[in-house]
Amino acid sequence: MTRTTRTLLALLATSTALAAPTHAAEFKTVDPAQSRIGFAYTQMGVGMDGSFGKFTAKLAFDPARPEQGKAALELQIASIDAGSSEANDEVKAKDWFNTAAFPTARFESGAIKPLGGNRYQLNGKLTIKGRTHDITTPVSFTPSGKSGSFDGVFAIKRSDYGIGEGQWADVGIVADEIRIKFHIVAGQ
Amino acid sequence: MTSRYTATAISLHWLIAIGIAGTFSLGVYMHELPLSPTKLQLYSWHKWAGVTLFALVLVRLLWRATHAAPALPVDTPRVQRLAASATHWVLYALMIAVPLSGWLMSSAKGFQTVWFGIVPLPDLVSKNAELGDALKEVHETLNLTMLGLVLLHAAAALKHHFIDRDDVLTRMLPAADRNA
Repeated sequence: MTRTTRTLLALLATSTALAAPTHAAEFKTVDPAQSRIGFAYTQMGVGMDGSFGKFTAKLAFDPARPEQGKAALELQIASIDAGSSEANDEVKAKDWFNTAAFPTARFESGAIKPLGGNRYQLNGKLTIKGRTHDITTPVSFTPSGKSGSFDGVFAIKRSDYGIGEGQWADVGIVADEIRIKFHIVAGQ
Repeated sequence: MTSRYTATAISLHWLIAIGIAGTFSLGVYMHELPLSPTKLQLYSWHKWAGVTLFALVLVRLLWRATHAAPALPVDTPRVQRLAASATHWVLYALMIAVPLSGWLMSSAKGFQTVWFGIVPLPDLVSKNAELGDALKEVHETLNLTMLGLVLLHAAAALKHHFIDRDDVLTRMLPAADRNA
């Protein structure tokens, strides 16, 4: 090994070491047990809540370089809690989520724009029942030691995704707007 | 002393009677339906009607407390007086308890009651499937008890009219002015 090579290697090591602190803060894992994906809607003026129990997620987020962050999430529609066992069975049917043909819903992140502080604007593609639409949601990130949580809420129209077709298409009974609220707990 | 109920008492009696008959029938019909938008709509209407009846019953009780009911015919036997009095007060109690049990059941099953889709009633109990099922039994039992007492009440009124031939039924009829 020549002197020059050694110097170059030393320089490389130094630069890697300098870059290391930012890399160390990257959040790469998601804890589904502590996370929650819920939804809220109104049914003849009555507010209703629900949630999804099972999902998997891939994440790469470094608060020092938020624009380069990436997230992908896949949730099991069958794990839905729509409020009652009757409703849980109903929403798996063809008119609603048609879980036999479309067992999962997916989200893939696109651009992430810092809004100042720990707040970001996240764009991405949401696919439900085989239909994909662009969504935008505010996200706040709350670090706490080696973990942190992402929180946000955004609204979709169920009619865009064909959730509730046929006799359920009437948005006077079950409202078109569904608010999706997420609390994702991530670790490094 | 007047032998007739006041026009307000007569109006409240028949308004509530028709309301109870309709809401009761709707309840019997809707609860076996498979889940559909129609079912959700009928449930909402049933709850709205129940809250409305609850409010009307409160007004009626207030009226009743401030306006004495006309006395029974003087020759009414003591046992019948007691039976009539007991039936009336248990019916009043049920007119309060039935909508109350429905309201609590709805909360326990996780559906807040929002009157006409506009006025939210507070959830006095939080969501609890077991409590919801228990309150469903309570709501049904109270309703069947009320059905039995309403039939007894109507049978007694008809007996007064057709057998005793007194004015106990007609004094509660709006069209009975001809006897006044």
